[in-house]
Order: sequence, then C-alpha cells, then structure tokens
Amino acid sequence: MSASTDVPKESFRLSQLIYDTRYRSITIQVIALVLLIGALWWLINNTVQNLETLGKDFDFGFLTQPAGYDINQRLIEYTSQSTHGRAAIVGILNTMLVAILGCALATVLGVIAGVLRLSKNWLVNNLMAVYVEGFRNVPLLLWIILIFAVMTESMPRPSDFRGDEPEATMFLGDSVAVTNRGVYIPRIGFENSIGPAGATWREESTAAIEAGEEEPAEPPSSLVDWLIVLGVLGASIYGARWNTRRANAAQEATGERPTTWHVNLALIVLPTLAVMIALGATVAQPYLRGFNFAEGIHLRNSLIALWLALSLYTGAFIAEIVRAGILAVSKGQTEAANALGLRPGRTMSLVILPQALRVIIPPLISQYLNLTKNSSLAIAVGYMDVRSTLGGITINQTGKELEGMLLLGLFYLVLSLAISALMNVYNNSVKLKER
Amino acid sequence: MSETHAETTRFVRTEMLAEQDPPITEKGVVKWTRENLFSGWLNVILTLLSLYVIYAVLSALLPWFANSVWTAESLEGCREALGEQGLTGHGGACFSVITERWNQLIFGFYPTELYWRPILAFVIFLLGIAPVLFQSMPRQALWASLTAPFLVYWLIWGGSLWGPIITAAGFGVGALAYVLVGKAAGNIVGTISAILLPILFWLFVTGPFVAALSGVLPLEITKVESNDIGGFMLALIIGISGIILSLPLGILLALGRQSHLFIINKVSVAFIEIIRGVPLIVWLFTASLLLNYFLPPGTNFDLMLRVIIMVTLFASAYIAEVVRGGLAALPKGQYEAADALGLDYAKSMRLIILPQALKISIPGIVNTFIGLFKDTTLVVFIGLLDPIGLSNAIRATTEWNGIYWELFIFIGLMFFIFCYSMSRYSIFLEKKLQREHR
Repeated sequence: MSASTDVPKESFRLSQLIYDTRYRSITIQVIALVLLIGALWWLINNTVQNLETLGKDFDFGFLTQPAGYDINQRLIEYTSQSTHGRAAIVGILNTMLVAILGCALATVLGVIAGVLRLSKNWLVNNLMAVYVEGFRNVPLLLWIILIFAVMTESMPRPSDFRGDEPEATMFLGDSVAVTNRGVYIPRIGFENSIGPAGATWREESTAAIEAGEEEPAEPPSSLVDWLIVLGVLGASIYGARWNTRRANAAQEATGERPTTWHVNLALIVLPTLAVMIALGATVAQPYLRGFNFAEGIHLRNSLIALWLALSLYTGAFIAEIVRAGILAVSKGQTEAANALGLRPGRTMSLVILPQALRVIIPPLISQYLNLTKNSSLAIAVGYMDVRSTLGGITINQTGKELEGMLLLGLFYLVLSLAISALMNVYNNSVKLKER
Repeated sequence: MSETHAETTRFVRTEMLAEQDPPITEKGVVKWTRENLFSGWLNVILTLLSLYVIYAVLSALLPWFANSVWTAESLEGCREALGEQGLTGHGGACFSVITERWNQLIFGFYPTELYWRPILAFVIFLLGIAPVLFQSMPRQALWASLTAPFLVYWLIWGGSLWGPIITAAGFGVGALAYVLVGKAAGNIVGTISAILLPILFWLFVTGPFVAALSGVLPLEITKVESNDIGGFMLALIIGISGIILSLPLGILLALGRQSHLFIINKVSVAFIEIIRGVPLIVWLFTASLLLNYFLPPGTNFDLMLRVIIMVTLFASAYIAEVVRGGLAALPKGQYEAADALGLDYAKSMRLIILPQALKISIPGIVNTFIGLFKDTTLVVFIGLLDPIGLSNAIRATTEWNGIYWELFIFIGLMFFIFCYSMSRYSIFLEKKLQREHR
C-alpha cells in the first residue's frame, strides 16, 4: 500500500538541465554569465595588449597637465595655461548653458505651437502643422549648419553699422546688434561690485574722473553679485508663496479670500530692486569701437546657431507632446467643470492642466534629455562644448582616446541617469492614486 | 361653432412655402470663413498674423524660385545669368549646383560607368520590401524578398556572387538544422543547433567554398570600395541596414529586459541604459577611434561596417524601450491565458504576446526609424561623405563657394520625403490594424 503512494524517487539526470523548467532558468543564466565574462575578458585582454603595443598606459594624469589651447567662450576663468581638467569643466558648463537656453526656448515654442495646432482656425492650425512636420522630418544637423551659414554669410558686417547713413541698424533702441560675427546684447554691471574686479574698476574710474576723461569704462559684474541678486529673488518668491498659503488658510477658515496679488508683486519686485540699486546696477550697451562692437555680451554665431536650431527642432517635438497631452484629457472633464460653474480660466488651471501635465511631463523631460545629448552636434559649428574640449582637442593633444572618451561617455551617462531618476520620482508623485 | 372659428382664424396656409436659401452668412465660403478664420477677436488677430507670415515667406521665395538658374557651371555663371535678367545675385535661386553635382550628391564617388548597379539594387530593394509592407501583395513573394539583401549587397559592392550565395546558404543550414534536429532531439536542442551550426558554417566552410566555386565559375563583377560610396546612397545604405537589423535586436533586448532571469535582465538593462545615455556622436567616435583597441591586434575592418554596427546597436536600444512599453501595456490576462493554454515561452511570445505588443508599438518604432535615418547625417563627423559632407565639400570648391540655401533645401527636401513617407506609412498601418481589430 505504502509503496503506491510513494513518489518515485527520480535520480537527477543531466538532460533535466535543459528540459526541466526548475533547472532550465539556472542553466540559461549560467551560460549567459559565462559568455558575458568571456566576452568582457576578451575585450579587456585585447585592450591591454593593444595599449602595450602602442606603448600607452591607462591613467588620468593628463587632466592635471596644462591644456595649452584656448576656448573662445567660457563661463569661468580659463587660460591656455589651465589644466585639461579645467578645460573639460569649461566644456561641461558650455554644454549646460546651451542645453538650458535651448530647453527654455524649446518649451516656449513647443507650447505655443502645440496649443495653436489645436486651434479651430484652419490657417493657424495648418501653419503650425507645416512647422512641426517640417522640423521633425529634416535632420537637426542640417538646421544647425543652415542657421550658422545664414548668420555668417547673410548678416551685416560690423562696419555696416558705421557712418551717418549706415547700411544696418541696431535693434531695440540701439541695444542689440546682429552682425556676421555674432549677436551683441547689453550687459548688466554693478558699480559696487564685490570682488577684486570691482575694486580695480572703482580705482580706475575715480582716477579717470579726476583726470577729466569723459567716458570711464563700464562697471564689471562678478559671480558673487549675481548670487546675491538671485538669492534675494529666491527668498522673495518664497515669501510670496508664504503669503499665498496664508490667503489659502484664510479662505478655508472664513470663506473670504484676501486679495494677494499686490502684496505678492511687492514682495517679489521690491527687495530685488533694492538690492540691484544698492549694488549700483547699470546697463552697459554694446557700441561700435574700431572694427568691432565693444562692451555688452557677445553671443557667438556658433552659440546662436546651435541654440536656435536645437530649440526649433525640439520645439516641434514638444508641440506634438503638448497637443497629445491636451487631447488626452477627455471632453467630459471640461463639461463637468463647466457644469460646476467654474470660469474658463479656472477650468484650465484646476481641471485640464493638472491632468494634461501628467501626460505631458514625462515625454517632455525625455525631450530635454534629447536636446542635451543633441547639443553634442556643436562640433558642426565649432561651439566649445564638452565634446569639443574633453572629447576633441584634449584627446588630439594628449593621445588619450580611451580615457577621454570614457570620461565623456560617463558625463553624458550620469546626466541621463540623474534626469531619469528625477523623472521616476516625479512620475511616482503624480501617479493616479487608485484603490 | 364653425362660425366663431371662422371669425378667429383669418388665414390658414394650405400649401407649403418654397424652401429658402440659408442666410448668406450661414452657408458656403462665408460661413466656413467666419467659423474657421474670424470666430473671435483672438482668431482674427491670429488669421491676420498667419496671412502676413505666409505673404512674407511666399513673397520672398516665389520670385527666388521663379527666377532660378538651372544651367550654369559655377556660382559666378549663375550670378551673370541672373544679371542678364536684370536681377541681383540674390534675386534668384541657383539650382544649377544640384544639376551640376547631381551624380555626386546621389552616388558620392561611385564609378560613373557602374551607376546602373546601385539603381538596380534600389529597384530590387523596393520590390523586396513591397510584400513586407503591404499585405495585399501575394504572400509567396516574401520568399523572393529573402534573397533581396544578398543581391543588393552583391550589386553595390561587387565581387564574386558566390560570397553572398554561400552566406545565404548558412541561413539555410540553420533552418534545416532547426527542422531536422528539432524533430529528432526536441525543440531546444534544435534551436541551439540552429544558432551554432550556421556560425560554424560561416567560420569554417564559407571561405574555402567560395574560393573553390569562384575558381570553377567566377561570376564576378567589378569590386567597389566602401570609401567610394557617398551621398544619399550612403545615407540609405546605413539607414536601411540599421532599420532592418535593429528591429530583431531591439525586440530581443526588450524581452530580455522583461525577463525574470536575473542576469539576462540586468545585462539588458545595462546595455539599454548605457547606449541610450550617451549621444550617437560619441558612439560614432568610439567606433572610429576606439574599436581597434577592443579587437585583437591587427584587425581592421571597414569604417562603414563599423558605423552600421554602431547605428544598429544605438537604434536597437531605443526600439527595446518602445517595445517594452508595448509589452507593459498588454493586460496581464494575455500572459496568463498563454500560460493556461500550456504554451512554452517561445510559442506564447511568438503567437500571443509579441503580435499584440508590436502592434501597439508601431508608432514608436517608426519614430525610432525616422530618427535613425536622420541620424545617418552624423557620419559626416567621422569622415564619411554623406549628403551633408558632400555639400560641405561642394561649398569649399572655387566654383560653388558661397552657396548654401539651394544645397540645403535640396538635401532637406530629400530627407523630408523619406521621413514623411515613413510616418505616413505608420499612420496607414495603424489605421489598418485598428480596422482589423474591430
């Protein structure tokens, strides 16, 4: 009796490794692991051998050696005597600069185009369709090169601005000059600038005034000045939000909402204005001196071309995302909001947008990421981004391809992973809270 | 009663009135214009703005196109021809740069007397791809499609026909092994041998076989080096190979990322994230600068092949993410139903999961393909002569120095035609599949 209920004891057979689902997954994984380790070993072994034959070693010492090349656009102090590491940081900052400018402009363009694409106006609707399809279906590289070519070959020369009847004029009340060498825009300087540059300027200008010269140089601005201004601005915005929260609490308690906008406006504008005046802010406009424009900020053609092309191109993609997001909110939501008696503006801000944003934000952020990665096309116009400094000139000068490309890849990888991580946090926070 | 009634009712209409036209503002063009263009003050402003933009663009472009010169030898000649019409140098387009350099823009430096080969290859490609794209074509034609890649390769690069034939035979060996060994020793052993045998075949049998057969019957046409291939031909070769190769790889990666097997899952995730996190241009530089470090000393292979491999890997990571989205969007019941039917992993994927998941992911996949095709322009940075590289070269010559709009419009238009037709095809496919589903 007992023998028939006993499960027959199977001895383990080798074929079970393949045919038995209990063991098969382990077999497959072990094989995969062996193949992976083998492949990695093969690659590393080859690399070591090749490096030996070439007589190269694998170290990052070159980052502390002097770079010996110039970077025409820099956000921090840099000379050709600085190290390769600093050149890489200058490049990273330039990449971030064009990425941030591009993301801002692309969002504005994309939102406008996306909303207009939904307009009932046939003409506007189709015009936006032409923009979106035109930019989405033509390579970004072509746009960058085209805008660069237009900027360098079709814009007036600085000398065209000269004379009583110049061929070209500056825009916005003589403050912006568009030339074939780039765009010159006004700059804000601080008379009481904090730091060595400010002190030197004050000494020099007092000397100049005593000597009776008419036009002393425009005052400089330092990073500290801007940090102070931005800090005050941030604190004021925080104060304004506190005021709004107080108004919300009052509304909850009494049903009456105190008017907030004038207090908010004063809270934001007044302290910032006061700090700017205390620092002695002056606007330095570009003007023609010699063969070129002096003063103001010089935006090079490379930056302008890259910035505009990236923004227009990514803007077309963002337009489609915005359109899809708004279409994703069902019409019943609008109707329900109307039935509740909400005004159109409040319907938009309280009902449609929160739901549309849930759909819009994730692909929007991945477009920002694409824009940042696409900024490596800077190579086409000679903009000195991280690929041109660390991944370009530094590699050429030191012959450290392996290390340079590794660092470059790592920079982009860390950036992408960090942004994806942020996006996941956001996605979790806006996920529909169900059950 | 009737009398009082007669007094109160003075008039009763006995016949119908003829139908009247709707008011002029409520019909035809006027109504359409009012509703679509002038329905509110904001719309009026937008309409006027758009009209101004259209006017500005057209008034600049139309004369420029109308006065264009198509037969000049250089930009100088172009300006002269325009001057004879009484126009300034910028009064008309100079499309003669396109007619003059047409062959170069399309074929690069491919030998002139062999132009018929890429053209024939393109026709064969179109014939081969048609049954894949349109289901109304006879299904048997798919077998003919399988031979197209080998024929196209042979026509473009030349050499002996035996190479492609024997390589194709390798796939035949694989299929044969799958059927025969699968019957004899079970499905899994069949699959393994279907992967291993062709590889062994290509490694050890192909070389001597090709040499022997070419000795008997050469079947050879002139060889063309990859360096000579350029222009839109290059963009198409890289783009199409990338598209065809990256789809299966992307699906495998997506399945790997969904897999419960720890190592396979983590390897797929790492591969996908690393590839996607770094711009293509960095990968292309890796292919041209670093690949020699990773391969055994002394290996050196075609730059174009390296680019195709890199572009394929790059696109496959993006496709993997798109397909993963499709897989995740399927209701869990589909997976469970497949299990309940007793299907094994391969069958459940092939018959139930993937057909549905791929259908959902079609728009994303086609978008990735469009991106890939546009990204082929980046090869200019590692020294391949794609259309943009050629346009830079043309602009650097003395004849055409200073020309840019005409070239860029032409190149942009060509890319637009390819990419736009791809996106239209994706919409067509989506609609067709939706109809079938109902």
